[in-house]
Amino acid sequence: MANVIFYILAIIVLACGFMVVTRKNAINAALYLVVAMAAIAGLFAQLGSLFIAALQVIVYAGAIIVLFLFVIMMLNLKRDEFGFDSRLFQRLFGLILGIIFIIQLILIVSRFRPGLPAQAIDPAMGNAAAMSKKLFMQYLYPFEIVSVLLLAALIGAVVMASKRKDR
Amino acid sequence: MDYGYGLIGIFILFGIVFVIFTIFFAGLLRPQRPNKTKLENYECGEAPMGGAWIQYNVGFYIYALIFVIFDVEVVFLFPWAVAFKQLGLFALIEMLIFIAILIAGLAYAWKKGALTWES
Amino acid sequence: MTLTLIIIQIIKVIAIFVGLLTAIAYTTLFERRMVAFIQGRVGPNRVGPAGLFQPIADAIKLLFKEEFIPDKANKVLFSIAPLLSFTTAAMAIAVIPVGDSITIGGYQIDLVISDLNVGILYIFALSSLAVYGIVLAGWSSNSKYSLLGGLRSSAQMISYEIGLGLSVVGVLMLSGTFSIAEIVRQQSGSILNWYFFKQPIAFFLFFVSAIAESNRIPFDLPEAESELVGGYNTEYAGMRFGLFYLAEYCNMITISALAASLFFGGWSGPFLPPIIWFLIKVVIFLFVFVWVRGTLPRFRYDQLMRFGWLAIIPLTLVNILITGLVMVLKG
Repeated sequence: MANVIFYILAIIVLACGFMVVTRKNAINAALYLVVAMAAIAGLFAQLGSLFIAALQVIVYAGAIIVLFLFVIMMLNLKRDEFGFDSRLFQRLFGLILGIIFIIQLILIVSRFRPGLPAQAIDPAMGNAAAMSKKLFMQYLYPFEIVSVLLLAALIGAVVMASKRKDR
Repeated sequence: MDYGYGLIGIFILFGIVFVIFTIFFAGLLRPQRPNKTKLENYECGEAPMGGAWIQYNVGFYIYALIFVIFDVEVVFLFPWAVAFKQLGLFALIEMLIFIAILIAGLAYAWKKGALTWES
Repeated sequence: MTLTLIIIQIIKVIAIFVGLLTAIAYTTLFERRMVAFIQGRVGPNRVGPAGLFQPIADAIKLLFKEEFIPDKANKVLFSIAPLLSFTTAAMAIAVIPVGDSITIGGYQIDLVISDLNVGILYIFALSSLAVYGIVLAGWSSNSKYSLLGGLRSSAQMISYEIGLGLSVVGVLMLSGTFSIAEIVRQQSGSILNWYFFKQPIAFFLFFVSAIAESNRIPFDLPEAESELVGGYNTEYAGMRFGLFYLAEYCNMITISALAASLFFGGWSGPFLPPIIWFLIKVVIFLFVFVWVRGTLPRFRYDQLMRFGWLAIIPLTLVNILITGLVMVLKG
């Protein structure tokens, strides 16, 4: 039963991922991405990590893709508005990124050994509490760095927006 | 508690069946006499001028961006909050620094006028 | 896990679903009668005794209304949007306990569809998905009013979602759990256990954010009929419009139930059966929703956004800080 659910969810994720990269209409692509994210959340839930599943939906489906939709809907960019031959540039850039990605993938897969010991968190405390103990005790420094990263993103967004207003 | 997911699944199924059924049922009952004028977009009775898919005020976009950043903050606050009793004062100071840095960002956005609608 | 248990559980799910639909239908009537009362009118009172059959008449009317999808619209998304809007709204009720657990035929049955240990996060996840119904309705209509209404509405919803999330953090710190049933249990016994008395500021911030999140007056900018006609649902008619309408009232009910459960002890109370206490509390909150609608004028859009980002969010953060300090000092 668990296996069947896993394969169904995995197929949904892969199929939606395929649809995302093949759709011409950006809105449709973004919506398939939402379904893929929801299915990934389902995979997390199946692993018993409901907390991560909920975060997956809140952050990815509920925030990041909403941002994508906003950009797509508000700009409504046509292809000729980029000002240069975007298609050639996109293909070249996509090719380079794709090669890097494949190299990474090969490296990761080649290093993978089945039966690698996974460190389980203490289930007695419940998922979220155990996770936050790790996060706020052991990984304190990276956590604080995240806030600086978010600050940089915030300032970047404001600067970009005010530049557009000046024009 | 394992079958709890199943019950939620059944509940969701009821919801989906309900909406599909009502739409389908309404489709059987309602009159269907479209004509060219009916199928036009509403624009206060005038013939619509152009489509709606044009470029809009970038102001909405900045809200969405800031929202993503604060959503991540909320996501960090949730596990922190439920474990707070076990974590104590140290965690409070940690979170204070985290929030202070983000508040600085919010203050900057305010100062720059990104959160106000004018201009 | 026997067959009887399965049957009881499924009956419970059906009962809650039917109860929710009935509650939605009668909330619409309740609101119309109440607003009429506030404005010194009579309100709908002709269909059945005291207008009690009015929701049924409304449903029949919506079913027989002609619908058309604008020629220039994106037809698939136009049809999906109302379905999305209603299902995300209805699903949220699944983790809210409507009563104490009862014993039927030797089985202990919790009066909640499923008490997830991440209940609050489940509700937030759904409310973050609710934006899609509105965004898609606005965009797919290809009408200027719809798109502007949809954009406004979604920008407003995402802004107040932050306030909503941050305002419950205080309660989470005190309770140490995401499970709503557990939070209700912690508050039972005495009225002084209600988190409202420990987190009054959080409650007010929560309720204001909740009103904004559900696009109600005085934050109903997306539907500001004087400027945007119907907002995101301008081009909708018939049952598809009806689903948006149901979704709005369903959100009101969910928020009232959530406010009652998180801050006012949910089903707990003396003498009366738990489920009655739960309903009383929910109805009181629904009344506050209607009361606010009947008395307050609408905000301007820039005021609304400034209020969300520069008043609600900083205040919730201050509340978290105070709660943390008090908890540390008390030890």
